[in-house]
Amino acid sequence: MSANRIYLYKRYERFWHWSQALLIITMLVTGFEVHGTYTLFGFEKAVSYHTFCAWTLLVLWAFTIFWQFTTDEWKQYIPTLKKVDAMVRYYAFGIFRNAPNPFHKTAEKKHNPLQRLAYLALLSILSPVIWGSGLFYLFYSSWAALGIDGYLSLEAVAMVHTAGAFMMLMFFIAHVYLTTTGHTPMAHIKTMITGWEEEE
Amino acid sequence: MTSRLKYLLAIAAAGALLAAPATFAQTAKLEPIIAPPTQPASAVPATAKAETASTADHSKFKALQQNFKTGPQVTEACLTCHTEAAKQVQHTKHWTWESVDPKTGQKRGKKNIINNYCTSPVSNEKDCMACHAGYGWKDNSFDFTVEKNVDCLICHDTTGTYRKLPGYAGHPVYERVEFPKDSGKFVEAADLKKVAQSIGLPSRSNCGSCHFFGAGGNGAKHGDLDSSLQHPGKYLDVHMDEKGLNFSCVTCHATEKHEVSGSRYNVAAAVKGPAHIRGKTDASPAACQSCHSDKPHSGRMDILNTHTAKIACQTCHIPEYARDAIGTEASWDWSQATVMGPDGKPFARKDSAGRRAFDSKKGAWVWDSYVIPEYRWFNGASTYKVIGDKIDPSQTVHINEVGGEPNAADSRIWPVKVHRGKQPYDKVNNYLTVQHTGGEDDTALWHNYDWQKAIGAGMKAAGLPYSGEYGFVSTDMTWPITHMVAPEHDALSCAQCHSKNGRLQNIAGVYMPSRDGNRLLDLAGWTLVLLSLLGVLIHGGLRIYTSKKKEQLK
Repeated sequence: MSANRIYLYKRYERFWHWSQALLIITMLVTGFEVHGTYTLFGFEKAVSYHTFCAWTLLVLWAFTIFWQFTTDEWKQYIPTLKKVDAMVRYYAFGIFRNAPNPFHKTAEKKHNPLQRLAYLALLSILSPVIWGSGLFYLFYSSWAALGIDGYLSLEAVAMVHTAGAFMMLMFFIAHVYLTTTGHTPMAHIKTMITGWEEEE
Repeated sequence: MTSRLKYLLAIAAAGALLAAPATFAQTAKLEPIIAPPTQPASAVPATAKAETASTADHSKFKALQQNFKTGPQVTEACLTCHTEAAKQVQHTKHWTWESVDPKTGQKRGKKNIINNYCTSPVSNEKDCMACHAGYGWKDNSFDFTVEKNVDCLICHDTTGTYRKLPGYAGHPVYERVEFPKDSGKFVEAADLKKVAQSIGLPSRSNCGSCHFFGAGGNGAKHGDLDSSLQHPGKYLDVHMDEKGLNFSCVTCHATEKHEVSGSRYNVAAAVKGPAHIRGKTDASPAACQSCHSDKPHSGRMDILNTHTAKIACQTCHIPEYARDAIGTEASWDWSQATVMGPDGKPFARKDSAGRRAFDSKKGAWVWDSYVIPEYRWFNGASTYKVIGDKIDPSQTVHINEVGGEPNAADSRIWPVKVHRGKQPYDKVNNYLTVQHTGGEDDTALWHNYDWQKAIGAGMKAAGLPYSGEYGFVSTDMTWPITHMVAPEHDALSCAQCHSKNGRLQNIAGVYMPSRDGNRLLDLAGWTLVLLSLLGVLIHGGLRIYTSKKKEQLK
């Protein structure tokens, strides 16, 4: 079986994925603490961890965007509707009947059509919501200097940010679950760690 | 689609690049903005005269080398050099006991207000004027234009021997007297010559001789001012710390023409802008921002600057007031006064900490130490009820109310002491009464224990009709807290307000993360999260179930 291995995720990509995962999980945990859902680190630490992770993720994104364009990997996120219906049918029925996955991963196309749509939604809807509201939140003390304090309320900004957090949490649940849908439950995770996809 | 994606990515990239320098700015350590350590505090030590920075040795002045018999004689000598000093003092509240509301023109100040501590100095001047910066104010006939009646020494004595006792209308005692009466303790006559030759800038003890003992007891009135501030440690007051910055009162209460800056009647509640520097022509209000600016936090703590547009410095930096065993009065119930002991005689009782708890003369008190303030939006302007103002006795009478609106540009969330009381009022005319309490005459409450006579005499002195029917009404007063600034590590921590039942739980108008949230959004959010979880669990469960079934079929 080791004969059919393809190198799917390069070293930087894996580093990006896992550090981003860690940052997002930390921000979810600290974010809901700041929101007042529970007490874990204490408000002060939760705020400072949350803020630190936010800046770190922005820096990570700066490098990642550079990487996406220099390696042409950004093309992995171009959405397509081809085979979307097949993917939906697979997850709704086929997966229970041991039917084969209609999508075949290659180094050039590592995301199935549903994944592409999901990641595009993440990037084009969720990201602006979270980053936009988060940056307004972070620069609250500068609102007056920027002349925008008359148009914004902290409450509204916080609500948008919280709504974003709920969406992110839902994405996280679905994303983690879908990692178990490989040929073995841990197969996708192994691939994301080693970079090598073992084919059935 | 492709171009839209590129566009989004470009925005994200730009954001990230912009963000990078800000990250470094976050970690940069900047020195806090604090006024340079000149020697304002130590310039005039109370006793060590040799260290004084003054260019004049007053013991060498001819005018002061005489055996003064009275206070006014000393003042006359002072005025031979300081020709304008008395005129200046006569313009200040320390002399007039009056403060005019700049908006309404209403006359306020001690002379015109009935508070819910000792109530009013009117008809009690002989006692109360022990804290007047003057000599001889014993009744309404006092002449406010006589310059020699200004008391220079009460503020400028550095010997600590100059005392004014109740009963002398603002004069010090000129011969040895027993005080308190029948106590077996004696107060020596002030050595006016020595005191006059040892004058200096006011120290904490000078201001404190009145301001620490308001309402007739140590710490009783203010809560953030008591005798522990004569020799404070860093814990009690980070600026006055005797072994540290050692500020005196006038270090912050910068004074010009004897007009001391900072007033409870017109508080600089929402000072904006940078710290003040020498040579700047505008007045330097007695406010934290005068030295620290309105963006005082730096480095790791600069996130706290997001609070300064809404919250007074005092709210976080004075986490509790009366931070000592002296404590402060939480309430004063005058309706208990004239209650006698079982033997029919007046009596007094102290609480477990040795503070007055009951006195047949004055009623009952409740004391508190290490008090957590209440919080109010405050714009520096308070409204006051003055003598003769109508009240509604069916409700608690707010003798003063702090002005300010949630989120108004001129308002901040301030810590306040609320002092609650019960005090007499005229049941027919519906106003608080002035009562004659101190003195040895037949109408004095503390002499005859007769409310009817005491109110009658008090109202006569105040020039107001008294119906002859009195009752007791609940009152409260609100006192902004601004002294006893704690060191940095004792300031409020975030969660003391940012929590469901925190310090500011009753403050309206601000969105506070952790305290506030939108219930509907939370409900919808958690429902969707739960459904997602349920969805993947069902999907996963079905996968396990169907795969096991297949294995069995094999």
